[in-house]
Amino acid sequence: MSDKVLLDYGSGGRASQRLISQLFLGHLGNDELNRLNDAAELSMSGRLAMSTDSFTVDPIFFPGGNIGSLAVHGTVNDVAMMGAIPKYLTCGYIIEEGLPMDDLEKIVEAMGEAARHAGVSVVTGDTKVVPKGAVDKIFINTTGIGDIIVDPAPSGDAARPGDAVLISGTLGDHGLTILGTREGLEFEANVQSDSAALNHLLVKLVQELPEVHVMRDPTRGGLATTLNEITTSSNVCCELQENDIPVRPEVKGGCSILGLDPLYLANEGKFLCILPEEHAEKALEIMRADPLGQDACRIGTMTDANPGKVVLVTQLGGKRLLGMLEGEQLPRIC
Amino acid sequence: MLDRMEAELESDLRFMEVCGTHTVAIFQSGLRSLLPKKIVHLSGPGCPVCVTHESEVNAFLDLAANERVIMATFGDLMRVPGDNGRNLKKAVADGARVKVVYSPFDTLKLAKENPDDIVVFIGVGFETTAPTIAATMKMARQQGIKNLRVLCFHKTVPLALDALLSDEAINVDGFILPGHVSAIIGTDPYNFIAEKYNKSAVVTGFEPLDILQSLNQMIDWRKKGEAHVVNNYTRIVGENGNPKAVEIMYEVFEPTDALWRGIGLIPGSGLEIRSEWEEFDAKKEFGITIEDCAPLKGCKCGDILKGIKQPDECPLFGKPCTPANPVGPCMVSTEGSCAAYYKYKLD
Repeated sequence: MSDKVLLDYGSGGRASQRLISQLFLGHLGNDELNRLNDAAELSMSGRLAMSTDSFTVDPIFFPGGNIGSLAVHGTVNDVAMMGAIPKYLTCGYIIEEGLPMDDLEKIVEAMGEAARHAGVSVVTGDTKVVPKGAVDKIFINTTGIGDIIVDPAPSGDAARPGDAVLISGTLGDHGLTILGTREGLEFEANVQSDSAALNHLLVKLVQELPEVHVMRDPTRGGLATTLNEITTSSNVCCELQENDIPVRPEVKGGCSILGLDPLYLANEGKFLCILPEEHAEKALEIMRADPLGQDACRIGTMTDANPGKVVLVTQLGGKRLLGMLEGEQLPRIC
Repeated sequence: MLDRMEAELESDLRFMEVCGTHTVAIFQSGLRSLLPKKIVHLSGPGCPVCVTHESEVNAFLDLAANERVIMATFGDLMRVPGDNGRNLKKAVADGARVKVVYSPFDTLKLAKENPDDIVVFIGVGFETTAPTIAATMKMARQQGIKNLRVLCFHKTVPLALDALLSDEAINVDGFILPGHVSAIIGTDPYNFIAEKYNKSAVVTGFEPLDILQSLNQMIDWRKKGEAHVVNNYTRIVGENGNPKAVEIMYEVFEPTDALWRGIGLIPGSGLEIRSEWEEFDAKKEFGITIEDCAPLKGCKCGDILKGIKQPDECPLFGKPCTPANPVGPCMVSTEGSCAAYYKYKLD
């Protein structure tokens, strides 16, 4: 194969076949995918959770992962947040011509590893190669499907006053890593993406505690945006204790220099768990027993004080709104 | 301490902070929700984005549309609204080349990488940013970079405070002075606040305790009938500031009259590029002049920046002026007072 991805590789001809058999099947292959039919044949029944996401992250390689592993983790996590065991993934690539073949291989290899670790199979896929400039290096779409194992499934509109609000670990690591890498900013401290598949931990949690009301991963828009979505859907107020929100000192420092708020930065390996107060300790115990939840802690409580709002009780003991951002965060002048 | 302050106060203490970072710190820390009702917090003209005049915004938006130009800017300016709903984000969608930089020095690399284009840095900011931009221009000259320009809209803080204090409509008992600006200019340029107007002013850090300490002092001084200009932020701010930064700033720039959004013309309160450095002057290169214009109907930015009105007293606040549809920059800048009210205020 050529050392760069050429338009030929998306043509459907021999070049495409070589790319599929040598590269994609090599890293992602399984009985269903290897049949190379037009569609995957699956046997599933009952209540299913399905989710899709497109990944366009820039840079495509970053400390803690790459666009390939992220494309698996992101969709696996979205399916698992519904109290489901993710089973199958689809995978669509749109590749800019000229992408080094080595880069593509690293990305697909990372996807294969992430899928194996998460216990999901990529069962069908598609590759398009577009002229230079039509996309930025590579975009990946993944769709995931899984079996829901609790009834009712956790849902964003199910939070109730009195519920405890738990977070599985530190916030802002992924967002700051991506921004820092994109802009070529060098942090003295080691900051890296938290991208990880959370499904094994999530499944264990809902199996032991089917009383969980909401599970959500605070990805784009961060904790603040996700909690605002939940308080709006559930028509409750979330009162957060600033002192209890875990943020690494190096992330706090990086954010302070750049004028960013870690509570609005994306996370790719964390989840919010909202459940009745009496189950909070047990949930924390389960989360902390898993390396992906070792820093889990309680950060707040749902109340009926200001429905639809997130209120932050600051370190000083004052109160303020933690609202939704209008768009992306922008670095400031001084 | 808050209880003591409340007990000490016989009447309202109206204090103004003159730095967007203080605005945000006061809200973000929750301090504002804890202050006794008698301590009235006003936000002054301390957010450089907010005081950028409408004509200046339109000028950089016009220039962004120039095909020869790559605009370089700090991120805050991306959503600042110009006329007809324009902003830099929309300009990018229309094909303009706009690059968000984290330091003016990033523009040197940008200029080197694009030798056939003109890189224009939008110079918005106070004494905090002006010296770095001056240093960037010096470095560009040393490196023989010919395609870098600066669109200089810099403003200086002390004269704006003088203009505010001379306005009888303004009712301020004391100032929390900007920490970053003071780190450059020191405290002497503020002495007139006590000497001429008999008001107190304290250079203050950004932690809630820094702010409380300064408020506490101002309460004590008022009780004794005294007025002082004091530096409480000694861990960062030297009494003389940073003379080297000031020297570089005035080597490249010289004072000029400047239009402040909502306030109007303040003689000598701006900086312009000296003729010895005119090869960097975007205004000269592109024939840009800044004319005063009528403020937008209904927008109370001026009264808010002067502490006459609180943001939620503006008829446009929250409807139709929101971060999604900002009428003025105070609603869109990270450090704008309207944005802080909208974002953080609970009731």
